[in-house]
Amino acid sequence: MVELVWLIPALPLAGFVVLVVAGRRLGEPAAGWLATLAVSGSFVAALITFAGLASRPAVERFYIQTLFEWIPVGNFSVDVGFLVDPLSMTMTLFVTGIAALIHLYSIGYMHGDADFSRFFVYLNLFVFSMLMLVLGDNLLLTFLGWEGVGACSYLLISFWFTNPANASAGKKAFVTNRVGDFGFMLAMFLLWTTIGSIRYADVLTTASSMAAVTATAVTLLLLVGAAGKSAQLPLFVWLPDAMAGPTPVSALIHAATMVTAGVYLLVRMNPVIAASYDWAPYVIAWVGALTALFAATAAVAQNDIKKVLAYSTISQLGYLFLAVGVGGYVPAIFHMVTHAFFKALLFLGSGSVIHGMHHEQDMRRYGGLYKLLPVTAATFIVGWLAIAGVPPFAGFWSKDEILAVAWNLPGAQGKVLWAIGLVTAILTAFYMSRQVFMTFFGRYRFGEPDAEEIAAGWDAKLAAAEAAASEADGSVEAARAEVETALASRSETEAALVAARAASDEAAAAAAAVPATELEAAQAALDAAGDDRKAKKEAQNRLKELEKPVKDADKAAKAATKAAEAVDKVTVSIGEAEARVEELVGAAASARSLVEQVRAEARAKKPTSSLVPLFSVADSSDVEDFLPAEVEHRRHHTPHESPALMTVPLLVLSIGAIGAGALNLPFASSTKFLEHWLEPSLFGHEVHLGLSGPHKVLLAVVAVLGGLIGILAAAQTYLRGAIRREGIEAPILAKAWGIDGAYAAVAGGPGTQGFEAVAAFDRRVVDGSVMGIGRLVAMVSALVRRAQTGLVRSYALGVTFGVVLLLVLFLTKATY
Amino acid sequence: MPALTLALLGAEGAAAPTFPVLSALILLPALGAALCAVLPKNRPDTVRQVAFLAAAATGVLSLWVMYHFDRSDAGFQFLEQKIWVRDFGIGWHLGVDGISLFLVVLTGLLFPLTIVAVTPEHEPKPYYAWLLLLQAGCMGVFVGLDLFAFFVFFEVVLVPMYFLIAGWGHGDSSKVALKFFLYTMLGSALMLVGILSLVTLHARASGGPVTFDLVTLAENQVLATTTARWIFLSFAAAFAIKVPLFPVHTWLPDAHTEAPTAGSVILAGVMLKLGTYGFIRFGLYLFPEATTYFAPLFLTLGVIGIIYGAIAATMQRDLKRLVAYSSVAHLGFIILGTFALNRQGLSGGILQMVNHGLSTGALFLLVGMIYERRHTRLISELNGLQKAAPILAGIFTVVMLSSIGLPGLNGFVGEYLTLLGAFASARWWGVVATAGVILAALYLLWAYQRVFHGAAQGAANEELAEINWREGLALAPLLAGIVFLGVYPKPMLNRIEPAVERLVAHLDANLGDDFVEVQGPAVERRGAEDLVHLAEEAEASAEAGGGHGDGAAGTEHEDGEG
Repeated sequence: MVELVWLIPALPLAGFVVLVVAGRRLGEPAAGWLATLAVSGSFVAALITFAGLASRPAVERFYIQTLFEWIPVGNFSVDVGFLVDPLSMTMTLFVTGIAALIHLYSIGYMHGDADFSRFFVYLNLFVFSMLMLVLGDNLLLTFLGWEGVGACSYLLISFWFTNPANASAGKKAFVTNRVGDFGFMLAMFLLWTTIGSIRYADVLTTASSMAAVTATAVTLLLLVGAAGKSAQLPLFVWLPDAMAGPTPVSALIHAATMVTAGVYLLVRMNPVIAASYDWAPYVIAWVGALTALFAATAAVAQNDIKKVLAYSTISQLGYLFLAVGVGGYVPAIFHMVTHAFFKALLFLGSGSVIHGMHHEQDMRRYGGLYKLLPVTAATFIVGWLAIAGVPPFAGFWSKDEILAVAWNLPGAQGKVLWAIGLVTAILTAFYMSRQVFMTFFGRYRFGEPDAEEIAAGWDAKLAAAEAAASEADGSVEAARAEVETALASRSETEAALVAARAASDEAAAAAAAVPATELEAAQAALDAAGDDRKAKKEAQNRLKELEKPVKDADKAAKAATKAAEAVDKVTVSIGEAEARVEELVGAAASARSLVEQVRAEARAKKPTSSLVPLFSVADSSDVEDFLPAEVEHRRHHTPHESPALMTVPLLVLSIGAIGAGALNLPFASSTKFLEHWLEPSLFGHEVHLGLSGPHKVLLAVVAVLGGLIGILAAAQTYLRGAIRREGIEAPILAKAWGIDGAYAAVAGGPGTQGFEAVAAFDRRVVDGSVMGIGRLVAMVSALVRRAQTGLVRSYALGVTFGVVLLLVLFLTKATY
Repeated sequence: MPALTLALLGAEGAAAPTFPVLSALILLPALGAALCAVLPKNRPDTVRQVAFLAAAATGVLSLWVMYHFDRSDAGFQFLEQKIWVRDFGIGWHLGVDGISLFLVVLTGLLFPLTIVAVTPEHEPKPYYAWLLLLQAGCMGVFVGLDLFAFFVFFEVVLVPMYFLIAGWGHGDSSKVALKFFLYTMLGSALMLVGILSLVTLHARASGGPVTFDLVTLAENQVLATTTARWIFLSFAAAFAIKVPLFPVHTWLPDAHTEAPTAGSVILAGVMLKLGTYGFIRFGLYLFPEATTYFAPLFLTLGVIGIIYGAIAATMQRDLKRLVAYSSVAHLGFIILGTFALNRQGLSGGILQMVNHGLSTGALFLLVGMIYERRHTRLISELNGLQKAAPILAGIFTVVMLSSIGLPGLNGFVGEYLTLLGAFASARWWGVVATAGVILAALYLLWAYQRVFHGAAQGAANEELAEINWREGLALAPLLAGIVFLGVYPKPMLNRIEPAVERLVAHLDANLGDDFVEVQGPAVERRGAEDLVHLAEEAEASAEAGGGHGDGAAGTEHEDGEG
């Protein structure tokens, strides 16, 4: 039955090929079902192979199936072939099983996505690659899977490629992994040049005769590769960013399967590790322990629900490295399997939350979701208890074993490693409880503006007040300008009045100057004229002439009166304008005082910390009208539980998270199923616990107490508010100690500058000097030949003709 | 797949052909070129069809050669040897071995694909004539076993490429063509001096008649060591420019960028291989001692090419220039493998020549397609293309991953073997070169991100036309090759290896104790039963020890001999 092993990777590969060709035509949901079917078939094939392997006597559980010779040159040869043994079988079973569940979940999660079928193309290719990694019978085929899963990870992280951040995260993952792959490749080269083969059968059986220095070099080079793939210090930076991918991808690739590949590789190569110097494995242990602690501290301060899980994954992978380094291969694999269950569960649960919360990933905006997402909450809580190490959930058993093998290491080193592991366990319980409390318990905060949004509201309000104040200032200015204009026109009208009065006086004087006698004489002449027309006319004219100054004087007097009236009018309007200015100045002053008031209010009330108040409703009444539009959006959204396609995988995984501890119960030799099962693959290199029963129980009690302390501390902080959060959620922790930022600064600064310098060197110096010589030659020859243009064209034609001429010459001279 | 390969790659010991097939490989495209030149100007379609038929017929013929190639024969096959100019010892000597076989096939197939994929913007008649002449010349270089004929073909290819760049190129193409020409002419001039000195000195030293015959010159090493080294350097100069190696590589980005798409494809796919092929055929074979002597120099230049080319590629703003610089890096791997002087390195190098032809050829076709649609190659002008053209983007992704060296695709096999070979015989060069694989991922993924990812801006990017059937047809064989050679390179390696082995034996024969092929030790292949045995031993010792060790990691230290 083990002969069926080829079917295990072949089915996802077939699914991939079919989906590449016909995925778009199949569309949603057929493409998803086909992919799920392919992986489920693979799981069934794995079960059958497992049954076949298990039916053999323990030490005979090795089977190699060679499909064809892949790369044969000289003394180098590798096949495309599979090594089936307890170790690869264990990996295969949990990879295909969890992958099938996550495929199923994805049909629900990716519902409505325009690129639905493309998602499943990548997912099937990923499963195929992962299985090649696990089942390959040589390091190079493992490397094929290793890079293949890396490529799929790249494609899936940048799946929603229109967002530049996702695209960058994908690229970052690939390139960072390549740094690790550099170590992997060198390890293969070194193995081949020293022992002549990179096939596992050859490497594992000859490892004991390897020189310790070679074995150490291989171990450390593989550690570099493993640190890249499994996101250990200092190559972890890609994993938090990888959360940009769709959540099922985070669950499958960046939590349960791919990231464990580094641990698998180290466990697979256990005879080589055993053949290296004594200190070599401790390097692995220290890398793991430090990563575990470091990532746990970072997880404490994350607000993104997936970032918490990402750092948690890095931390848990650190545990696995710690276990491998102290010789605890079985605990490493045991915890890998239980972790695969509960971390996949937690990721899928977070995906369900995100799905139900309108793609909101910020836990500060969650709270009280227990009632709204009951299935998700219940299963998430199972995952939480499992990772926190609460008995009898799966994580308790496996984590306990890792702590025990660390303690078991003789000398102070073992105790220190154990202590780091214990502190990490406390932190793990703490940040996971924080996540659960912030998400599912406490007040429902989704419709509330959070601290940052209220701060934004205050900013908006202040900006509005400032705008009003500057507007008032503007109208004051306008009114002042009006007063100025009025004042100018008053002096104008006053000048006109003076002129009019002068004219009136003059006219009056002129009128007075006319002697009354003449007037009388003219009147008399008129009267005397009688019927004499001519005389009458003359008299009338004379009279008119004499009366004119009087009339003029009247007119001038009236004009003067009018001018005086105009002056009065302008004076009144100036008064009015001045009054308006006064009024507006008052308004502007009050507007400015309002700004001051708002500013003072903002100073007092604007949230300074991004911490969300968990125990009181954040007061947003003052800035209600200024909140970002999203708040309104959220107020109108009711979170909903996910469809059965998504909750069924959650339920199945939570069974694993509860019961997977049964794989390896420490009560008696007969209950250590996993240990016995893996024994042949470890070739006696598994460490033997030299601890007595009570000793182990005591360690377990301490570990459980540690977990409880973490949970209680979180409850005090996040459920009761008895501990202040400011000190815990420090910005430096949120930035994961600034390591990633430092890398980015180096890459963006000196790195880019250095690359730019090389490019400039190439342009100016290398090209410049060679072309300079060329130009010199061209110039000289141009002088010599007095050729101005088409120099090279004529060269080229010359060569053509020369060649033709030579050919003709030779053809005529040719003798056969 | 294996069945298909068997059919494709042929039966063992096929009967020797009765007609001069290698001459036909040269003459067929040459005749096609002549025909294109005389066809009436007003019928561009006819010209195009004739050109395609001539190129495709050459391709079919090259496949026929591959089919009938006898993989058990390490020597030259399909030999043709006629005296050409008796007085000067010049002969029409053609032959194919495992080293040149796949370059012949690549030359046979890449030209018709290029003709399918792109049509010239103007003057199709001279365009196709030059293209076919180029094919004839390339074939001549790869099958020629006479130094004179080799030199003539080596020069002949320059002319059509010059006119293709100058006549159908973009931008400042005539200036760039000048640069290309000056560079390569310089190399050729040196090589001509080398050839003439070699021939006369060889005749004088051996006392025999003057001969340009490669096999005679190579198999009968009579030159003084220093003389041979000098002459080798004159050859090496020509090849180094052609490859190109640092610091004489700067003609390449210019030529690639300004050349029309077909020119870039052929330049990268076939013509750069004239240099690397030259290093093997006319360096290693002709001057075994000098090649070994100068190996550290060329290993160093190869490593510089890998790192330096990748860094320069990262900073390019022009997509085509970026691909051009990636060629500098890729060719560095080939040089590294060649001068590793072991079977893995050499076979990997030869394989990589073909791989680079497939993937960089495809990359240039794809960049050409983008240019045709967008009339720009500036990376900053292109964005979010994946949205409008997902199939184009998908094909680009596969080709890019091949170029990055993703296992399962062709590029990896060659790259891995060259690095493996280098690590075995020149460890630190191998280590530094391996770091180059990190950079390859960096520059290509970054370029892909900027061009295909993100939100498309502007109508031209938003509404980019998807790949059409004609373009798909041209790319399909390249993609098939990329996948096939990644999954099953064995048939190809099996045909390359005997010739490489013969070459290594040639080094051994002429250098005696001065040369040792360095590779991993030969091991007896172990199987599952050996693992069972190991597990049994472990179980037995655990039982003997009572199952309780000291508790430390790795309780079973068996320190090696140190």
